[in-house]
Amino acid sequence: MSHTLVIAELHEGKVRKSTLSAVSFARQVSQPFDVLVIGAGAAAAAAELTGFGAGKVLVADDASLANYICERFAPTVAALGKGYKVVVATASSFGKDLAPRVAAKLGAGYVADISGVTAEGGKLVYRRPVFAGNAYGSCTLATAIQVVTVRQSEFGAAEASGGASAVESVPVQPADAAAARVEFISLEGAKSERPDLGEARVIVSGGRALKEQFAQVLDPLANLLGAAVGASRAACDAGYAPAELQVGQTGRIVAPTLYVAVGISGAIQHLAGMKGSKTIVAINKDAEAPIFQVADYGLVADLFAAVPAMVSSLK
Amino acid sequence: MKILVPLKRVADPDNANKVKVTAGKLDTTGMQWKPNPFDEYAVETALRLTENGANTKARLGEVIVVTVGPKEAEQQLRGALATGADRAIRVDANDEDIDGDVVARALKSIIEKEQPDLVLLGKQAVDGDSNQVAQLLAEYLGWPQATFAGSIKSEDDKALLVGREVDGGTLTLRVTLPAIVSVDLRIVAPTSVSSKASPAHTYADGVRFAALMAIMAAKKKPLVEMKLADVVSDAASKIAYGGYELPPARKAGIKVKDVAELVDKLRNEARVV
Ligand SMILES: Cc1cc2nc3c(=O)[nH]c(=O)nc-3n(C[C@H](O)[C@H](O)[C@H](O)COP(=O)(O)OP(=O)(O)OC[C@H]3O[C@@H](n4cnc5c(N)ncnc54)[C@H](O)[C@@H]3O)c2cc1C
Ligand SMILES: Nc1ncnc2c1ncn2[C@@H]1O[C@H](COP(=O)(O)O)[C@@H](O)[C@H]1O
Repeated sequence: MSHTLVIAELHEGKVRKSTLSAVSFARQVSQPFDVLVIGAGAAAAAAELTGFGAGKVLVADDASLANYICERFAPTVAALGKGYKVVVATASSFGKDLAPRVAAKLGAGYVADISGVTAEGGKLVYRRPVFAGNAYGSCTLATAIQVVTVRQSEFGAAEASGGASAVESVPVQPADAAAARVEFISLEGAKSERPDLGEARVIVSGGRALKEQFAQVLDPLANLLGAAVGASRAACDAGYAPAELQVGQTGRIVAPTLYVAVGISGAIQHLAGMKGSKTIVAINKDAEAPIFQVADYGLVADLFAAVPAMVSSLK
Repeated sequence: MKILVPLKRVADPDNANKVKVTAGKLDTTGMQWKPNPFDEYAVETALRLTENGANTKARLGEVIVVTVGPKEAEQQLRGALATGADRAIRVDANDEDIDGDVVARALKSIIEKEQPDLVLLGKQAVDGDSNQVAQLLAEYLGWPQATFAGSIKSEDDKALLVGREVDGGTLTLRVTLPAIVSVDLRIVAPTSVSSKASPAHTYADGVRFAALMAIMAAKKKPLVEMKLADVVSDAASKIAYGGYELPPARKAGIKVKDVAELVDKLRNEARVV
């Protein structure tokens, strides 16, 4: 009997790479685990996850699961989850929406957005950031089944380990009655050639200071470095950058190898989303800006001169 | 429309006095208490949905704010009443004794009594950053959920068009009321919320402030107190925190004098470009 059930996330018929963070969790707990691939097209995507050491890759594939609607997905996840000690998803917007509802169905405790896990005296102890990352708490759950979401920036993507897990089709449960009151209308995302923020090795991120020249100034640097582009809330709110680029406590939580913060003051909510980055560069004309407290390399300069200079120098 | 808004008071993490950890416990001395910012956005959203944009005095519905918290949290409830909410409920509890699950079960029982058309919550409380009460509550009530709303359009006060902010874009759902909606930051942008009464109204960015008169008047608005035992039969938390610690400190960085030095460091010291 497996111990942990990993919930995979699908996007346009493929497994999202973020799923591999939940797989990392399952491996760290060092107990047998299974993976559930759920959604229309899950059967075709299942093969992507058979090389990661799971006992089984379970497939719940049905046309009614074509678009993600919590009230349609949760019943199947909960029905399968009953057979496990831990149900885990990555803390993406999908995982954060789905996992608590699954927990409520199972009468299970739920711990959100954990950054670490250890086993102490037969109990799993979860570590998670609170107060925008200003403190870390350690917690345990009192329930027989436990539901958790893991932070993608703290649980690195699992590497394939070889082998071939058995693929098994599982029944799709009827949707919640509430599903009759939810209708999917559309999913609109800016199509981008750049890497996803959660997966990028380098992120070039801009703040309010960039004004309307946001893309004009940052794109050349991002292109040169093969980087994803991020933004502060102020830059998104002002319309200089699209909302989905927001990095921070309430945006994406990232931890790339290199994070370049350009014209970002370094408010605590922004730091909460990027201070796990390996190397941080800050370019800001105010030498007192709090971003310099977390920067490995700080450059006090006008960004409109410094960024183009960096581009020429890196070419 | 009758709207219920759960609101939590939090120690403001944005304050100059940061949270401390003393003997493995969180220490909030010196921190300022304020309403969870997302809950203020939820109150603002509720007010926008229950008014005729141009005439903010004439309410076209009822807005009830609810907190599960200590006596001191009444200050934050009065604040919401001063901006336009109609009445308030406080379920007496200490923050340390409850978790999101207890809060969701307490809210469920109040909602069953009040029967609102819509429950608007914040997407997360910025102290625990748990992001779960809305989802738990939706399941306990058997209601539809639309989390992380960046826009809400009331079509006819029977259904809402909700734009959810998800990784990489916006997912739009139509939810038929009664429903649970949790709100994200951008819900308070000028055109994010449109009510049935004034679909084209443009608001000032952010939340409204209370006038002095309204603050005085709010003292007379009804605020009911309840015991936790009145609303939940089992107040046991599922989650137990063993201890807290400060985050690992980053090693101090350096300032470089110019772009040339920066590029040199990135190439030859950090080896990241
Ligand atoms: C509930 C809540 C949640 C939040 N969540 C987030 C979040 O997830 N992410 C987030 O980022 N913020 C978040 N915020 C907002 C946060 O508090 C800050 O307001 C925001 O991060 C500031 O953005 P900024 O640094 O771009 O702008 P500012 O604070 O205006 O800073 C601009 C910086 O640019 C510098 N500058 C100006 N001109 C130049 C120039 N020519 N060259 C170089 N430097 C220049 C200035 O010195 C300044 O430091 C949240 C706030 C709240 C209340
Ligand atoms: N103690 C509480 N009292 C009232 N509402 C709460 C309480 N805790 C959480 N909430 C509501 O639930 C939302 C999400 O909180 P959380 O799941 O704790 O991050 C908040 O934004 C509030 O709207």
